[in-house]
Amino acid sequence: MSLTVIVEFIVNTLSLGSLYALLSLGLVFVFGIMQLVNFAYGEYIMISAYVLYALGVFTDLPWPVVFVAAIAAGAVMGFGSEVIAFRPFRGRSLDALLVTSFALSVILQDTVQLSISPRSKAPPFPGFFNRNVTLFGIVTPLRSYLMIATTAVLLIGLSLLMRRTVLGIAMRGASENFTTARLMGVPANLVISAAFVISGLLSGIVAIFWTARSGAVEPLMGSAPLLIGFIAVVIGGMHSLVGAVVGGFAYAAIANVLSLTLPTTLLSFRDAFMFVIVILFLVLRPEGLIRGSYAEERVG
Amino acid sequence: MKTPTWLAKYATIPLLSAILLLGAGFVWWFNDGLIEDIFTISCVTLTMVMGFQMFMGNSGILSWSYVGYVGIGAFASAICSMSPQTKRLQIPVMYEFLIDIEMPFPLAVAVGALVAAAVAAAIAWPLMRLSDAAGIITQFALLIVINVILLQWQQVTNGPRTFTLGGMRSTTLWTATLVAVGAIVLAFLFKESSLGLRLRASRDDRFAASAAGINVVAVRYRSYVISAAVGGVAGALWSHYMLSITAKSFYLVELFTILTMLVIGGTMSVSGAFFGWLLITLARQGLRQLELGLTQQGFEAYGITEIVLGVLMILFLVWRPTGITKGRELTFAALAALWSRITPHARQRPTAPAQATSTDQEAP
Repeated sequence: MSLTVIVEFIVNTLSLGSLYALLSLGLVFVFGIMQLVNFAYGEYIMISAYVLYALGVFTDLPWPVVFVAAIAAGAVMGFGSEVIAFRPFRGRSLDALLVTSFALSVILQDTVQLSISPRSKAPPFPGFFNRNVTLFGIVTPLRSYLMIATTAVLLIGLSLLMRRTVLGIAMRGASENFTTARLMGVPANLVISAAFVISGLLSGIVAIFWTARSGAVEPLMGSAPLLIGFIAVVIGGMHSLVGAVVGGFAYAAIANVLSLTLPTTLLSFRDAFMFVIVILFLVLRPEGLIRGSYAEERVG
Repeated sequence: MKTPTWLAKYATIPLLSAILLLGAGFVWWFNDGLIEDIFTISCVTLTMVMGFQMFMGNSGILSWSYVGYVGIGAFASAICSMSPQTKRLQIPVMYEFLIDIEMPFPLAVAVGALVAAAVAAAIAWPLMRLSDAAGIITQFALLIVINVILLQWQQVTNGPRTFTLGGMRSTTLWTATLVAVGAIVLAFLFKESSLGLRLRASRDDRFAASAAGINVVAVRYRSYVISAAVGGVAGALWSHYMLSITAKSFYLVELFTILTMLVIGGTMSVSGAFFGWLLITLARQGLRQLELGLTQQGFEAYGITEIVLGVLMILFLVWRPTGITKGRELTFAALAALWSRITPHARQRPTAPAQATSTDQEAP
C-alpha cells in the first residue's frame, strides 16, 4: 500500500515536473536574454491549444499534423509578438516592456473571447493519449509517460543546441552579457528572435500536454501555467536554464507534498502557500536553487 | 502679473479639484440616476488611481499588489459597518468576534484604510529591498497570495461567494467626490513632501540616491504603506457603493484598468493620473456603449473595450512613454502655454518662459 503511494507520488511528480520544467524553460529563454518577465507567455499556450482544438474538431487532419501545427502556432506567436510588440522597446525601460507584455496578454485573451467564445471547448485527442496503463503496480494515463519521454528528448536536444551550435553559444553569451555579446558580433535580432521562437515552441508542446490533462481550452487558460512557470522559475533560479528545469520538478514535488499533507480546510489556500514560498525565495535566496550568472541589482 | 512661487507650484491642487467639483456639481444639478452612478464609481476609481500613483509613480516600482490592498480595505470596512444581524444572516460561518463589530460608515472607512496599511506594514519591508525582475515577480506573487486568501477565507470574506452588505449605499455622489479631492490633495502633497522627493530620487537613480544618504528601503516602505492606506479607503468606498463584492473584483482586470489610466496619463505626475483617469473613464463609457449596441445587434462584442485600451496603452508606451502629461503638473503657466498654442492670434508671443515653469521642476 505505502509502496504504491510512493511509486504514484514519484511518477506523478516526474510527469508533472516534466511539464512544469518545459513551461519554465520557455519563460527563462526569454528572460535570460531580454530580462523580460513575459506575461503573454500563458497566451502562447492558450493560442496553441485553440489551434489544437480548431484543427482537431473542424478538419480531418491526422493527429501528428495537428500537433505539429499547434507547436508551430506557439512559435509563430512567440516570434510575432517579439517583432510586433516587444521590438520597439529594445534598449528602453524594462517596465515599459513588462507593461506591454501584460497588455498583450489582456489583448490576446479578449480577442479570443470575442472572436471564438468565452466558454470552454473540448479538443479531441488520439485515443492512446489518455488510455490508462498499468506500470510498476499503478494505473496512470499513458500521456504521463509520454510527457516524461518528450521532456527527456527535448532537454537533450536543447542542451546540444545550447552547447554545440553557434546559435546556442551566441544565445548563452547574450544572456551572460548582451552588450558584450553584440560587440563580439552576435546579431541582436537573431538571438532575441531565436529565444522567442524556442519559447513559443515549448509553449506549443506544453499546450498539448496541458490540454490533454485538463481536457478543455478556454480564453483564460493561460494564467494557470504562467503562474506555475513564475513559481518554478523563481525557485530554480531565473538566470539559468538548468535552474528552470530543476525549478519545474521542485514545483511539482512541493505541490504534490502540499496536496498530500495539507489538511482539507487549508487545501484551498495551496496557491497562497506556493506564492509565499516564492516570496521567501526572492527575499532570502533570490538566485534560486541553481546559481546562474546572477546579476540582479538590489538595494539594502 | 507675477504669481507667487508657492501658488504657481501648488496650483495643481485647486485646478484639479475644481474640475472634479465642477463635474460633481453638474452631475448633481443634472439629477440623472445613471450619470450620478457612473460619476460616483468613477470618483472611487480616481481615489484608487491616486493611491496607485503615490507609490508606483514616485518609486518606479510596478506595484501589482496595490489592488490587493483595495480588496482588503473593501472587505474590512464592509465587515465593520454591517449590522450583526445582517452578518449572521449573510455569512453564517463568520467568526463571532467579527460578527459583534458594528460602527458608523466613516469609522469603517478608516478601519479599512488602517487594516490595509497594517497588512502592508507587516509584510512589505523585505519586499522593498527588491528591484527589477525579482521585485516585479514578488509584487505579482503578493497580489496572488492576497487574492487567494480573500477568495478562500470563508469565515471573513464569505469565500468565493458574493459578500452582500445589504442596507443603503453609504458612498454617495458627494462622499465619493470629496474623498477623491482629498486623495488628489494627499497625492500632490505627498509627491512634494520630503518623503516623496526622496522616493522620486530613488526612482531616478537608486544608487545615487543611497549614495546621497537616502535610505531607499525605508523610504519605499513608508510610501508603500501610505499608498496601501489610500487603496484601503478606495476599497471601502467601493464596497459601500457596490453593496455586494467578491474577491474576484480586486484582481488583474481592475489592475489593468488603473494601470492603463496611469500609463496613458503619465505615471510621474498627479495631473497625469488625473487626466489618464478622465480620458480612460470617458473612453470606457463610450466603448461599453459600443459593446452594448453591437451586442443588441447580435454580435457578441464584450471585450472590445479591453482590446482597444490594451492597444492604446502599448501605442502610448511606444510613442509617448511618459504619457500625455510627460510627467508635468497642471499649473497656471501650463494652462497659459496651452492657451497660446490653441489660439492662433497668440502664436507670435514667446512661450518659452511659460513652458519652463510648466515642467516638473521648481518654478523660478
